Amino acid sequence: MLENIFVSSLNWLKNLMAAVELPAPLADMLILVIKLAAILGFILINALWLVYMERKVSAFIQGRIGPNRVGPFGLLQTTMDVLKLISKEIIIPAAADKKLFLLAPLMIFVPPLAIFAIVPFGKGMAAIDLNLGVYYFVAMASLSTVIIWMAGWSSNNKYALLGGMRVVAQMVSYEMPLILSMIGVIILTGTLNMNGIIQAQEKVWFIFLQPVAATIYLIAALAETNRTPFDLVEGESEIISGPFTEYSGMGFAFFFLAEYANVLLVSVMATTLFFGGWLAPFGWTFLPSWFWFIFKVYIMVFIFMWVRWTFPRIRVDQLMGFAWKVLVPLAIANIFLTGLGKYLFLS
Amino acid sequence: MSVWLGILFFILAGFAFSAIGLGLSFLIHPRSKNRFKLETYECGLPTIGPTWVQFKTQYFTYALIFVIFDVEVLYLYPWAVSFTQLGFSGLVKMFIFIFILVLGLWYAWKEGALEWR
Repeated sequence: MLENIFVSSLNWLKNLMAAVELPAPLADMLILVIKLAAILGFILINALWLVYMERKVSAFIQGRIGPNRVGPFGLLQTTMDVLKLISKEIIIPAAADKKLFLLAPLMIFVPPLAIFAIVPFGKGMAAIDLNLGVYYFVAMASLSTVIIWMAGWSSNNKYALLGGMRVVAQMVSYEMPLILSMIGVIILTGTLNMNGIIQAQEKVWFIFLQPVAATIYLIAALAETNRTPFDLVEGESEIISGPFTEYSGMGFAFFFLAEYANVLLVSVMATTLFFGGWLAPFGWTFLPSWFWFIFKVYIMVFIFMWVRWTFPRIRVDQLMGFAWKVLVPLAIANIFLTGLGKYLFLS
Repeated sequence: MSVWLGILFFILAGFAFSAIGLGLSFLIHPRSKNRFKLETYECGLPTIGPTWVQFKTQYFTYALIFVIFDVEVLYLYPWAVSFTQLGFSGLVKMFIFIFILVLGLWYAWKEGALEWR
């Protein structure tokens, strides 16, 4: 009953629309709009909650209390922050390239939203069941680099330009190990479809078959989302806020929203690729599949936050060296071993 | 409906969502004219010299290596998907292919393209 609550309510709606003889294209469109609204709601609520959680987790780690004034336990803090940001003036510096300056916050939220469209939130709960799944994720995720660079370049500010260049160097370098680490999983499953990858983990999660790939993925994901220890991009103490220095009000809010949407996204991908997605651990199917999915995603998010508030920022030469001299060779070796292993033992 | 139309719909919706957010903010945010507010932010001092300058060349070498590897991955994904159908010959051929690219990485490493100077 609880398991199919979302799927069956959507089916009920479809039947209703068939009963009132709505034309098929219109009905499809309506279903798509409902799915979009659900996913948008999911991202927004979770992003608000993640900002609050981040502040609480950091407070816990540093022995502070964290936000506790606005609403019960400070729960309304981030909601109020957003309302404040909406009512702030959007300042466009006189020296900036105005078109690009406004285009960047307009586009920054597009890649995460478009990727969430293919995420299976539960059994049969992907908005769009795409055969190219993982490939599509890789293609879309790399677009963020261009958009952040756009923000850094158009601001016409030295800090922003420095931050923008660091973004391109870092995200481009860590994209390589990220992409290569996924290939190990794809060799094992033989499919790019995210539902297919999850179903292939029925017997054993890929974290146990691909421990090296999982580790590389997690490190690269930290760098891709520009979080500590890889947050050189917006290192507050050296380049103010990196590419986002000149943004204020809603423009800044969208970059912030996209950052947390991306944190959620890499956690979702980690869960899907290595931790069995919506499959229940130990056969505990008394809880619905979507509950397990959210539960695992939140454990991943917590690990990302834990790392952020534990490690110091690393130096830029260490950053680039680590990607190209350690992670890429390791990821290639992993592909070699996985290929050999699958040929020898599984076929 | 085609899958890709659905994807396109999500992309357009992303634009629309951001446009609505920014537009709403434009409608209600305060406007105060101030010449100094529109200056480039640099800790209070006026900026010196142009900002759009030439890059450190190191960024360019990383970008070049990235492009080479990105093209490699383009071939690795289809191979990984059809791994079982290709059998042993596919495995060997792809290993030779990867080996050549590792050779390239080794050369870049040896020539110091991976050092941050």
